[in-house]
This record gives sequence, C-alpha cells and structure tokens, in this order.
Amino acid sequence: MSYKAKFRVWRGEGGEGKLEDFTVEVNEGEVVLDIIHRLQATQVPDLAVRWNCKAGKCGSCSMEINGRPKLGCMTRMSTFTEDETVTVTPMRTFPVIKDLVTDVSFNYKKAREIPSFTPPAEVKPGEFRMQQIDVERSQEFRKCIECFMCNNVCHVIRDHEENKSNFAGPRFLMRIAELDMHPYDVADRKDSAQEEHGLGFCNITKCCTEVCPEHIKITDNALIPMKERVVDRRYDPLVWLGNKIFKRSSSNS
Amino acid sequence: MTQTTADSPARRQRAQIKERTLRTDPWWRYPLITFIIFMAFLVYATWAIFDTSYFMAPYHAPFASPCLATSCPEGARLFGFAPFGDWYTLPPGLLILGLPAGFRFTCYYYRKAYYRGFWLSPPACAVNEPHKKYTGESRFPLILQNVHRYFFYAAIVVGLILAYDAVKALIEKPDGLGTWILIVNAILINLYSLSCHSCRHITAGRLNHFSKHPVRYRAWNVVSKLNAKHQELALVSMFSVMGADLYVRLVAKGIIAFSFA
Amino acid sequence: MEIERHEYDVVVIGAGGAGLRAAIEARQQGKRTAIVCKSLFGKAHTVMAEGGAAAAMGNVNSKDNWMVHFRDTMRGGKFLNNWRMAELHAKEAPDRVWELEAWGALFDRTKDGKISQRNFGGHEYPRLAHVGDRTGLELIRTLQQRVVALQQEDEKLHGDAEAYIKVFQECTVTRLLKDMSPAHGPGGAIAGAFGYWRENGKLILFDAPAIVLATGGIGKSYVVTSNSWEYTGDGHALALLAGAKLINMEFIQFHPTGMVWPPSVRGILVTESVRGDGGVLKNSEGKRFMFDYVPEVFKAQYATTEEEGDRWYTDQANNRRPPELLPRDEVARAINSEVKAGRGSPQGGVYLDVSTRLPAAEIIRRLPSMHHQFKELADVDITKEAMQVGPTCHYVMGGVEVDADTAAASVPGLFAAGEVSGGMHGSNRLGGNSLSDLLVFGRRAGAGAASYVNALAGRPKISDEAVTDAKAEALAPLQRSGENPYEVHHELQRTMNELVGIIRKEEEVSEALESVEKLKERAQGVGAAGSRIYNPGWHLALDLRNMLLVSECVAKAALLRQESRGGHTRDDFPGMSPEWRTKILLCELTPDGSEVIVQEQVQPPMRDDLIQLFDRDELKKYITEKELADFDALAKE
Ligand SMILES: Cc1cc2nc3c(=O)[nH]c(=O)nc-3n(C[C@H](O)[C@H](O)[C@H](O)COP(=O)(O)OP(=O)(O)OC[C@H]3O[C@@H](n4cnc5c(N)ncnc54)[C@H](O)[C@@H]3O)c2cc1C
Ligand code: SF4
Ligand code: SF4
Ligand code: FES
Ligand code: FES
Repeated sequence: MSYKAKFRVWRGEGGEGKLEDFTVEVNEGEVVLDIIHRLQATQVPDLAVRWNCKAGKCGSCSMEINGRPKLGCMTRMSTFTEDETVTVTPMRTFPVIKDLVTDVSFNYKKAREIPSFTPPAEVKPGEFRMQQIDVERSQEFRKCIECFMCNNVCHVIRDHEENKSNFAGPRFLMRIAELDMHPYDVADRKDSAQEEHGLGFCNITKCCTEVCPEHIKITDNALIPMKERVVDRRYDPLVWLGNKIFKRSSSNS
Repeated sequence: MTQTTADSPARRQRAQIKERTLRTDPWWRYPLITFIIFMAFLVYATWAIFDTSYFMAPYHAPFASPCLATSCPEGARLFGFAPFGDWYTLPPGLLILGLPAGFRFTCYYYRKAYYRGFWLSPPACAVNEPHKKYTGESRFPLILQNVHRYFFYAAIVVGLILAYDAVKALIEKPDGLGTWILIVNAILINLYSLSCHSCRHITAGRLNHFSKHPVRYRAWNVVSKLNAKHQELALVSMFSVMGADLYVRLVAKGIIAFSFA
Repeated sequence: MEIERHEYDVVVIGAGGAGLRAAIEARQQGKRTAIVCKSLFGKAHTVMAEGGAAAAMGNVNSKDNWMVHFRDTMRGGKFLNNWRMAELHAKEAPDRVWELEAWGALFDRTKDGKISQRNFGGHEYPRLAHVGDRTGLELIRTLQQRVVALQQEDEKLHGDAEAYIKVFQECTVTRLLKDMSPAHGPGGAIAGAFGYWRENGKLILFDAPAIVLATGGIGKSYVVTSNSWEYTGDGHALALLAGAKLINMEFIQFHPTGMVWPPSVRGILVTESVRGDGGVLKNSEGKRFMFDYVPEVFKAQYATTEEEGDRWYTDQANNRRPPELLPRDEVARAINSEVKAGRGSPQGGVYLDVSTRLPAAEIIRRLPSMHHQFKELADVDITKEAMQVGPTCHYVMGGVEVDADTAAASVPGLFAAGEVSGGMHGSNRLGGNSLSDLLVFGRRAGAGAASYVNALAGRPKISDEAVTDAKAEALAPLQRSGENPYEVHHELQRTMNELVGIIRKEEEVSEALESVEKLKERAQGVGAAGSRIYNPGWHLALDLRNMLLVSECVAKAALLRQESRGGHTRDDFPGMSPEWRTKILLCELTPDGSEVIVQEQVQPPMRDDLIQLFDRDELKKYITEKELADFDALAKE
C-alpha cells in the first residue's frame, strides 16, 4: 500500500531559494499536506507550511502543486502516479516568507478597501426579513474560505505586479458583488467597483473559477453580473434614460 | 494587515522561480484548439460573405439572412423588403453579418476564449502571459466590450429571422432535409442567445429582490440553467450555423441534389 | 535585542468567535484593543463549526424560549453547569445572533423570511441558526468583517484604521505578565503579555491592564481529534501560570462521529446535522443499535421504535425523537461499545447512513460540505453509500474559572471566554451551544474588560525581570539540540488517547500521570533546529509546555472524580452520583509552578426560580435527597 514518492519542494527565505528533492513515504489515502508533514517530522523539521483544519475549511494550506494552485489538504496523492515527481511551490503572486508560506497581507489590505455592509439605519437587529431566494446568490459567495488562490492565479496581478494597487482581485470583486446583491445593502457600489477596485481589469478568463476549492462560480455569478450592473450605471444610455424618466434607481428595486 | 515590523526584509519578494509554469498537464491544448476552431470559422465566414449562392427556395443560408439589398433574389428578401437601393452592390451578407459577428465577438465566452487562444492573456491558468503591460477591459479599446447587451438585442431579432426562415422552409418543404437543418440551427442559435449573460442580467439578474418579481425570477432561473451551458451552446451553435449555411450553399450550387435535400 | 513593544487597554488573545466578539465589544466601548492570534485572521477554529448556533428565537417552533433552552443546556451538562452562565446564555443568545445579521451575516431563511433553525442533539425544538453546514465560517467571517467595518470607521475619524483595533496575526503569546506590587492586591494584577511572531521569530511585548483569553481548546493532546494544531491548550496553561484556576478539566467531549478512514484524516468531524437531518447509525449487522442505548434519565424523551423515530422528522409534535439524537456523550459511548463488541465496520467505526434516507439532491443541498469532504478525502459518495464513523476528541468543557456576568477570572485583569472558559457547559456541551456561547460570553468578556480598565486607579507595570524570564523561556528550545519535539508530542497524544480517553480506569489514568511526568522532563530537553523564521519545530517545542500542563490537569481531575458523568466515564465507577454533582474540581499550579494540584469545591445551589423550571421527577434522578427536600419545601411556599 505504501510507496516512496519523489517530491520537489521549494525551500528558501525572502525570495531566494530553490527546489529541493526528497524521497518520502506515502501511505494509502494520504494528501499532499500529509507528505509535507512527514517531511517535517522526519527530514526537515523547519520546513514551513501553513495549515489549520486539514479538511478544506479554513483556506490556510494554499500552495502550488505541479504548477497549479491547490489546497494541500485536499489534494489526494492518488491523483498522481507512483513514479511521478510532485513539485510543490509557494503561491507565486505573493511575497514568500519561508518555504511554502507566503505573505498574504495584500488580501487583508484589499478587504479593508471595500466599504462594509450598509443596512438602512432604521432596520434594527431582529427585524431583518429576507426570503431564501433573495439571499442565495450572496450566500454562494460567502462560502469563500479565503484561501486567496483566486487572487494568486489571476493573471492581472500574477503577471503584473504593478496592477496590485488598482485591482482588488477576484476575491474582493466578488465581495462587492455579494454586497451589491444583498437585499438590505443600500451603499452604491457600481461606480467604485469600476473606478477604484479595478473590475475592468478582469478579462473574464475564468482562472479564478477554475481554482476555487469551494467551486464558487466567481466569474459567471459574481464578476460578469457585476460587470453588467456597472454597464447599467455607466455605459447603457437606455437604462440611464429610463431611470431619468421613471425616477427609479437601478438594481435597488 | 500592516502589522509587519519595519525590519522584516524577508517579505518583500516573491519566490524566484524561473519556469514560466510548473504545470505538467497539457495546458496548451485549450488555447491551441480554440485557435484552430476560431480560425476555421473566420476563414469559412470570409468565404461565405463573397459566395453568391446563398439562396435556393425555400432555403436561405443563415449567413446571408436577412437579405436587405436589391441584389437579393425575390424570395430571399425579408417580407419582400429591400430597404437598400440599387446603389448597394457589395455582397448583401456584409450588411447584416456585423450584428451576429459583434454579438459573438463581445460575448463573454468568446472573449475568454480568444483572450486565451489568440492574445495569450493568459494562455492558461498559472502560465505566464507574454505581455509587459496589461490593462484588460478597463480602457479603450477593450472597454467597448461593454456594448455587448446591444448586440444581444440585435441577436434576438436575427434569431427570430432565422426562426422565420426555418418556419417558411417548413411550410414550403416539410420533407426537406435542409428544412430540418435550418430548424435545428434556429433552435440552437436562439438557445445560445437566450443563454447570454446580458440576457440573464436583463431578465432579473439586476434585481435584488427576486421574491417581489416571481415571474422574472422564474425566467431568470431558466436563463441561468442555459447560461451554465453557455460555452457549449456557443460552440454548438457556431458549428450548426456553419453547417446549415454550407448545406444551403451546396444545395444552391447543385452539389447536393438528392430528392429530399 | 530590542523587543517590539505595544501599549493597549485590552489585549484579546484569540481571534475565534469569542475573541473577535470580545474585541468588538471592547472597541465599541472606546478601548484601544489588540487581537492576537496564532494563525491568519479568519482561520481560527471557529471556522470549522458546521451545525449552527443555538438560540431560542422561536422562529420555527414558537413554543421555544429561553427557559426551554436553559433546561436543555442543564440537562445536557448533567446539571453540573454553572447555572448562571447557562441562564445568561439562554437569555442573550437570540440578541447576539440577530446582531450578526445586522453586521451582514446571511443565515438560511424560513418561509416568512426569518432566520431558519434546525434540530440538533439534546435540543427540544429546532433551535440552531445555520447556513448550510458552514455556520462557523459565516460567524467568523461576519465578525471579521465587523472588525474591518470598525477599522474603516476609525480611518475616517482618526486617519488611522488601526488606531483602536489592530490584529496581530501569526503571533503567539507564551506568557502573561503581572505586576506583583502590593498596590494591586496580594496576587498581583495582569500587566501585559509576551509572545513571538511566527513569521520571523521576533519577540513582542504588550503592555495592557486587561487581557481576554479566547484561545479555544486542547484537542491536540489526543491522537484522534477534530481539532487543529492551534488547540494546544495555550490559554488554559497561560491562565494556570498566571495564577488563575481551571475547573471541570476532567470533562472532555468525544464527538461520536469523526471520520475513521483514511488514516490521515482520522478524527475529522462529521457534523451532527447528518443525524439531525435523518442520518442513522448502524452496526455491521445492519442494526440501528442506538435504540439499545437510551439511558434511564432520557427514556421519556426518546422514541422506542424505528417507526416512531422516523415519524419524528416530519411530525415532531406527536412523536419522540430518535435516539441517534441523544447527547453526544451517550452516542459516543454507544459507538465505543458496539466496536468493542465486534460489531464495528472494517476500519473500526460504525456506519452512518443518509443515502437510504434522503434523495441525493436533498443531501447535497443540506449537507454540501460533508458531501464534498467525503468525496475528496475518502472517495466515498455519501448519497450512495454509508459513511464510517467513530468517536473523536472534540471539545473541552473544562476551562478557566470565571465570573458568569463579567467573564473575569480570579486574577485581576484576566478574562476568559469561549472554549477556554469553564462552567457553562457542565459535564457535556450540547451541539450548537458553543457558537452561541462564544457570542454571549465574548461580548461579556469585552465589556467586563472595558469596565475593569475604567475602574482602574493606575496602570500595572511589567517588570524587567519578568520580560527577561519570558524571553529566556521562549528562546530556550532554539539553543538546545536535543530530542525532536514531534516525538514527545506523539507520545503524549498516544498516552492521553489510550489512557485518559472516552472510558477511564484508575490504573490507566495513574499510568498516564506517570508518563506525563516523564514527558515533562523530556520536554525540558527538546531542541529545535533551524532559524527563527517560521520554524514549526520551535513552535511545537513551546506548545509542549502547555499541552503537558493541561494533560496533567485532565488526568489528575479524572482520577479524583469517582463517578461517570457527561464527558467523563469511569469504568470502575459507572454510575452518576448526586453527591459528586454538588462538587467541582478546581486545578491550580503550585507556587513554584512545578505541579498541578486539584481541589474540590462546592457548587452553589441553583437559584429558586431556575430550579423550579424543572419537574421533580426529572430532578430526582440527579440531585441528592437533601436537595430534593429543599426543592419540595420551595414548591410548597
Ligand atoms: C470540527 C468542529 C465542528 C464544530 N461544530 C460546532 C457547531 O456546529 N456548533 C457549535 O456551537 N460548536 C461547534 N464546534 C465547537 C466550536 O467551534 C468551538 O468550540 C469554538 O469555535 C471555539 O471558539 P473560540 O473562540 O473559543 O476559539 P477558536 O475559534 O478556536 O479560536 C482560538 C484562537 O486563539 C488563538 N490562540 C490560541 N493560542 C494562542 C496563543 N498562545 N497566542 C495567541 N493566540 C492564540 C488561535 O490562533 C485562534 O485564533 C465545533 C468544533 C469543531 C472542531
Ligand atoms: S476571470 Fe477575471 S478576476 Fe478571474 S482570474 Fe480571470 S481576469 Fe482574474
Ligand atoms: S473565492 Fe474561492 S478561490 Fe477565492 S479565496 Fe474564496 S475560496 Fe479561495
Ligand atoms: S488546512 Fe484548512 S484548508 Fe487545508
Ligand atoms: S452571448 Fe455570450 S455572454 Fe452574451
């Protein structure tokens, strides 16, 4: 049942580093994170890796396995052949602290730039009444475990460091969509989505959706609908005219 | 958080990995296949525009419908209409093809596919793109992609005309193979249009209270189901329109000439 | 070397539900607040809670109210609970849940647009506010976003987002520091906390008169556990070392349903909602064995036939609930017995089956993350086959002894809330009562800390030698080249799992204590190779101190309590004893810090109006003759 696997793990501090080769035992039913832990316990006690839940719920163990962003705790070893070399590297888009641990503070900074949920002042706690069908869309986005792999894979910042200041990344553009679709949110988020948070940078190539471990349809259900909402506001003369004539505000019906 | 201590030299840099990607799977397949299919379609479409055998009663090649020029054969004109006068001598397909072409060009699925397959931005996930700068759809010219919904309105009209062509063929030649090809094509084209993201937005996506608009919500649910298959519908309808168009032309040219053609 | 130093009014250690709620409260009361946590912001253990938060809002069944919830909580805890905490919890939980909604939480809804509530073991009515099976995620994200909202407010007001509330993430506290000068009373008062950044190994010092512990549990002292690496009992140990007392440490909840296969995920939780939504437990003979395990005290409330149990899912007014929904300790013991009797599944668990009980689509809708978890980790499709499950170490009922109303520990300036505090859940916690506990007592701890700071005449000061000692202690493992800390840790986990597990015996527990003593010595010698930058071996070496202290408390208390109750089952004392119910075991450290001593303390009797919420028939199963006589006298008045 158990066999020796070949692993290549990126090791280093502060950017400098290289891929190191290891041979390590693998048992039935194990995941990549187990193997990293085995390396820690038997060969390199100071190998750094983040993890918490080991069940795909906390989004700590994001790494790149054979070049693809994955949760280490949810990548089963049985998805590789026994003679395949498994390459494990830290997320590329964020500065590396050590080994597989990256500095994800970019994401926390962006989170703080998105204006918070803004309910109408007169609704008191306990008075909220919402239908299930009205909250379902935002609920999908709230499944997010903040593994930040979508932000990591998005080429807008992965390949263009200089865009980081102008682009919130799929995780936080989705947060804008979540709030914009919230039945009780009264803040206006359409102009700022485009102007401040860089929705326009997204060219809907769907890598964020491809890597999301929660299988959230980020592009189809959050980013594109948000782009359409922005079109309502900024680029659609008919909607603009309609609003002028009928004096209703778009999307806040 | 910004609670990093000032002297934390460790954290400024990304991991220095030289490889453009460490992916070991054939990631280049998707962009390559996309490129080949789209090129084939473009080549065919260009040929079709200049090919004049687009009508053979009761069949009307979809690439040339509706026919709005006086050069169109009598039966091919939409409701017998020819709003463009004698002065218009270019191929009639040019007049209307811009609409479906624009629809597809600005379609969210096609955008994804050609950004990946043609512009390599990115070629595949976690594979570096070759460009130095990137502003995406935030500026001119790509910001113009936002007109997509207008093409959608037009596409609905074009879709209805194709359906009308198919019904006309059905009435005149119910046992013709071409009739059924046109019917299938009209269905696929319309499903594709209905599965459009703009359509999803218009039906109810723009609302925040589905529960107050039960009818629109139901429509949204239907469109959402179709929308989940948007890529598939985009490709299938592309093949069907190409196939139907070619079929009609081959009949018109007499190359296909069996009795129930 | 310079030590980074910060000054705050309140330092909250822990960024789970309890810690965040406490920090929000302290900040809302105008205190400058720091949140310190070992992992990234938003990843604390609370994120893993699945089932829901219990609050008697009465949205699904209008008969529910705080009194019913109070009764259920006391029953679940086998009447050992701190009744004042249980009362506050039952009364305040609804407000705390509603408040979350105003901060952006999106719970599942009822038809009339209110928060939907689901059934859970031990709760008489559907009571758990939930979002699918990821309620903890919703809770922690909402609180996290509330913290961000407050920071945005501060940014507008003061131009600095972190002026009043700041998160120190991936930062571990290793010592609480006190000011021992006589001005602060005989035992001194809290003056600050000492710790290190995991990221670079640099040391950090907080000057703060009030500290709220919200560090969660201790599960990492066991091999099979649903808990993550963070659960090394840090808060418990920090409190002990600062002179505070722990209570109820013998009570550990083994969740009946953890995964048993594959080995690497052994212990990971299978949420109780699986049973709440219709899942049944079967042994290898295909029998629903739980019907054989309904204890005397619960006979009246549980179904006796499968038919009745099944009817309950659709008609709860006229049927009794199936015994699969008994409190966790009962179910865990039942599974344990079945496996021991040779009726277990091939991999040493029993079967938990929803596939024959609900349509596939319904399972995926109601239990999405369970479906996902089994598919990804075990290659099992729960809509088609049964799961294999077995007991896993899940929750510690014991913790820091606190005042119910203010969450204050016996050391001035120290507060505790959440899993690290003790008393609220008695000998056994009901599912869903933890999330609401975090909110209710998190808020109370934040408020308690704020008013303590307000009343303070002068700020306590940290002495230099305290800092020197703490520093020496923290850096010691790096300077040694001894044993690998992983070895000591594994040995401890095995010892606790085998000798102080679900079923305990005097000889075994004594044996465990001896091993713990030996391990304590070995821990003095462990070394951690490598640099100070994100060095997991070093971190573990430091955590060992805490795990060992806590294990010692658990074992010593378990040895003393000669009865079986809730999360403490003694093979040699199988019954529940009314005499023992009146007693609480209190752990504290000897003055030199070398050993844990355990003492008995009498539990104050329940307030008259509260005890009268119960039937005499029920009470007589739990309380002594004398207490019963007092109850009768009360009833006559
Ligand atoms: C799998 C699972 C499912 C559960 N499901 C439910 C459920 O459905 N309903 C329910 O009510 N309860 C449930 N529980 C129990 C509940 O989730 C926990 O008891 C609760 O989340 C504990 O919260 P807390 O705020 O006390 O601590 P946690 O959320 O665990 O937070 C502890 C915090 O303390 C920090 N910390 C610890 N030590 C230190 C240190 N030395 N220095 C600095 N920071 C430190 C950690 O980093 C972390 O941020 C479940 C538990 C598990 C494991
Ligand atoms: S779809 Fe947009 S946001 Fe998502 S990865 Fe692609 S460019 Fe980035
Ligand atoms: S949206 Fe998905 S990929 Fe992005 S952070 Fe959340 S869980 Fe991760
Ligand atoms: S460890 Fe929590 S997601 Fe992998
Ligand atoms: S047609 Fe593809 S999105 Fe509109």
